[in-house]
Amino acid sequence: MEESRVRSDWPLYEVFLRGKRGLNHVHVGSLHAADPQMALHHARDLYTRRNEGVSIWVVAARDITASSPDEKDPFFAPSGDKVYRHPTFYEIPDDVPHM
Amino acid sequence: MTALPETGLPGAGPGQDGTGSLQVHFDHTLDRGRRIEPRDWMPDAYRSTMIRQIAQHAHSEIIGMQPEGNWITRAPSLRRKAILIAKVQDEAGHGMYLYAAAETLGADRADLTDRLVRGRQKYSSIFNYPTLTYADVGVIGWLVDGAAICNQVPLCRSSYGPYARAMVRICKEESFHQRQGYELLMTMMRGTAAQRAMVQDATNRFWWPSLTMFGPPDDQSPNTAQSMAWGIKRHTNDELRQRFVDMTVPQAEKLGVTLPDPDLKWNAERGHYDFGSVDWDEFMAVIKGNGPCNAQRIARRKAAHDEGAWVREAAAAHAAKHAGRREAS
Repeated sequence: MEESRVRSDWPLYEVFLRGKRGLNHVHVGSLHAADPQMALHHARDLYTRRNEGVSIWVVAARDITASSPDEKDPFFAPSGDKVYRHPTFYEIPDDVPHM
Repeated sequence: MTALPETGLPGAGPGQDGTGSLQVHFDHTLDRGRRIEPRDWMPDAYRSTMIRQIAQHAHSEIIGMQPEGNWITRAPSLRRKAILIAKVQDEAGHGMYLYAAAETLGADRADLTDRLVRGRQKYSSIFNYPTLTYADVGVIGWLVDGAAICNQVPLCRSSYGPYARAMVRICKEESFHQRQGYELLMTMMRGTAAQRAMVQDATNRFWWPSLTMFGPPDDQSPNTAQSMAWGIKRHTNDELRQRFVDMTVPQAEKLGVTLPDPDLKWNAERGHYDFGSVDWDEFMAVIKGNGPCNAQRIARRKAAHDEGAWVREAAAAHAAKHAGRREAS
């Protein structure tokens, strides 16, 4: 029981890597660590053994606010009916150059 | 709402009411070849099957460190030692990717470790065989990791997103594992007669256990149909076993070793190699805990976990102290 208390003291961190300069950080997975510094070291050992990254972010999972997972969620509905935001909405004759 | 992006809780989705339409949405997602993600609704049986499959895989990676780790201190050269350490470290990494994937389904890593050391969850039987010589390191890379790659490449398309993504990383790294093993064996085969005999002996011991890594024959694998419907298994056990045999025979010929099966021969009609039948009684005995190293593997895992308890406690105490200082300042 003592053991499970200690375990639960190691929170979950989500790990984000920048693969190389010019790219965004991308989520690659998660890990447990006692504190953010340890999370960074573990992330280096776990996710960059083969030069997969030039920069790491770790974020305590409990600090992330996320949208609801359902793809059909009304949350995303506002963009669903606005086809005029896309260039293909507009018909331009083929002989207009550079358009 | 606030929620963890990759960490679902069991039963955290909508309750039993309205499960019908949720089931339809789940089925539709699978039918379109889309992935199931952690916070999606999924049938309880899908969740528990995925947790069991991923945990068993994670345990195999962690226990799989032992047979080869056994040889790190006795590697024949600094080059071989560096390679072997990197390989065993990869196995630890694979275990961690997989435990993380299991946690997205609501499993708890400490609980999974607990189930492993209590014998409540299984790991691959292959790791219950001892590694008697350094040639075993090579043969494990060639045959055991080769069989694992056969099993795992299709799992990169598993319907469960976090598992599929972990498998992509793992498969990339397994390729190094197999190639270092084969290169090690090629080197030994160019050596003395005694070294060649070691390679043949290791091949003899690991060939049949490697074939069991694909699981029991299809007619004794009752869960295959459901697993394939769920997209968490893409080929049957016998299909993958045949693929492995077909891949491996020419590699053995090139290496100059004999695979220990008198029935192994090319069947032009089928376009595949025929091979003898696996001793499934031995397989079942090893699964049930009566293999050569079952007790030793679990005892070692438990000792490593117990002996690390003070480190975990110290790290937690250190973190608490610094968190307190940050708040105070």
